[in-house]
Amino acid sequence: MSDPIHNTAHADSHAPSLKMLRSDFPILHQTVNGAPLIYFDNAATTQKPRAVLDALLHYYENDNANVHRGLHTLSNRATASFEHARARVAQFVNATSPEEIVFTRGTTEAINLVAHAWGGAFFKSGDVILLTEMEHHSNLVPWQLIAQKTGAQLRFIPLTEDGLLDLSNLESLLTPEVKLLAFTHISNFLGTINPAVELCRRARAVGAVSFVDAAQSAGHLRLDVQALGCDFLAFSGHKMCAPTGIGVLYGRAAVLEQMPPWQGGGEMILSVRYDSATYKQAPARFEAGTPNIAGAIGLAAAMDYLETVGREEIQAHDEALALYAYEQIAQIDGYRVLGPRSPRGGLVSFVHESVHPHDLTSYCDQKGLALRGGHHCNQPLMRKMGLPSTSRASFYFYNTHSEVDQMLAILAQAHQFFA
Amino acid sequence: MNTDFEELYQQVILDHSKRPRNYGTLEEPAIHVDGDNPSCGDEIHLHVRFGAGGEVEDLKFTGVGCAISQASASLMTLKVKGKSRTESQALLEAFTDVVTSGSQEPPKMLGDLRLLSGVRNFPQRVKCAMLAWRAFEQAMQEAQTGPVQASESGPHCS
Repeated sequence: MSDPIHNTAHADSHAPSLKMLRSDFPILHQTVNGAPLIYFDNAATTQKPRAVLDALLHYYENDNANVHRGLHTLSNRATASFEHARARVAQFVNATSPEEIVFTRGTTEAINLVAHAWGGAFFKSGDVILLTEMEHHSNLVPWQLIAQKTGAQLRFIPLTEDGLLDLSNLESLLTPEVKLLAFTHISNFLGTINPAVELCRRARAVGAVSFVDAAQSAGHLRLDVQALGCDFLAFSGHKMCAPTGIGVLYGRAAVLEQMPPWQGGGEMILSVRYDSATYKQAPARFEAGTPNIAGAIGLAAAMDYLETVGREEIQAHDEALALYAYEQIAQIDGYRVLGPRSPRGGLVSFVHESVHPHDLTSYCDQKGLALRGGHHCNQPLMRKMGLPSTSRASFYFYNTHSEVDQMLAILAQAHQFFA
Repeated sequence: MNTDFEELYQQVILDHSKRPRNYGTLEEPAIHVDGDNPSCGDEIHLHVRFGAGGEVEDLKFTGVGCAISQASASLMTLKVKGKSRTESQALLEAFTDVVTSGSQEPPKMLGDLRLLSGVRNFPQRVKCAMLAWRAFEQAMQEAQTGPVQASESGPHCS
């Protein structure tokens, strides 16, 4: 089902080779409601290439066993593959060692882990947790929960009219009471790319720990935790070609070592008595119970795949599609786009002046176009902006300019249909 | 275009969503119920005045949300206004059945509300069609037993 390389109408020199990669994704080659599927919901979850599906199948058909505790060959193989995956992740984000990589279920679990384990140990009454007004609920609610428990306060960096972080008063927000600064690298709603290096540097300058929510960036650009200068960083495998149920918490060794356990169970202990236990070093200390072994192996395969595609190429392609969509949607009667123009992550949120986003998104689905409609887990910000919900198109390297053109035509038709 | 979709979003529905009937509020004494779908932000604020025998003397609503939720509210007010308790209870049950589980021909008693029967082909949108009706159900309950404490099991439907 590989599309031949003939479309060079667009200036993006990567487009032809990336377009060829569509044949690696079996799911893309189907019709939905009688029309060819256009999958523009990649910020929710991406599709999986054959290489990742094969890695999962190979593991279950050949090596499946529990890790770290068996004395048999399959267990040794499973353990080797699992720990190889950890090393692969460390390399992918340029951590100093695999011991800085904790496997979780996803970004959400990673944030909850740090909030409860690190925050539970180190937050005290009067401390401040600094967030931004554009956080996904997953980078807000866990901090609310631990703030309620410890007496810490939440504080928020506001936004400018354009949907950028307003850092003009950062000094008055990032005070010595701030123990932790957590922020999204790329907003899943506005597409804003936040100045992560500057934020981490300024947090460290006041003695605060930094936490980067990289859910929307890890699969789209080159992540380098040392260059970012962050203490924690989290992302989900399923938003970068890997299966659901596997995610990563990176913790800088010095910070991770101080963090007490969160969940207890097998695998995280050194020695257990009826009334007490001692715990392993990181990362095992934070991985109670049988981990998602296949998921970790799938994640490593996804990282191999993404590096073959090229992360710079992916970022350039996704941003080009998003910018094109951003500018073109704004030209269609009745539509308004949200967030900064450029630079932006590979997504565009938009609203129609009179058609509710759910009606619009349902209409697009009837044309085979998969968008997200809703509040994008950003209720406080949407309330502030006076929006009940929006539609969102989010792109990945296997999407094409031609698909964006088809979306533009569908959106124009929707304007007619509901008018 | 999928015909199921066109059947659901036909002109009557679009017309009611753009020009809702019985839109507004009622003076006291009237029962006031707020319903919302937190997952999509749809809101219905329903005011109902019941007569001594439990009949629906008057009702009005305000709200924001998708075409399905607002059209369903508008059509509901036209249908239940002036109906006895028994009649409005029967309408509630018939409509609920049509959009959630019904597979047969919708009963004639529902009139234009039958146009919403197609929502059962769109499982994500059933809660939109039901929002006003859940609020109405709560209003009927409050008319008998007094105010119901707002709770997750109230007119909220996730």
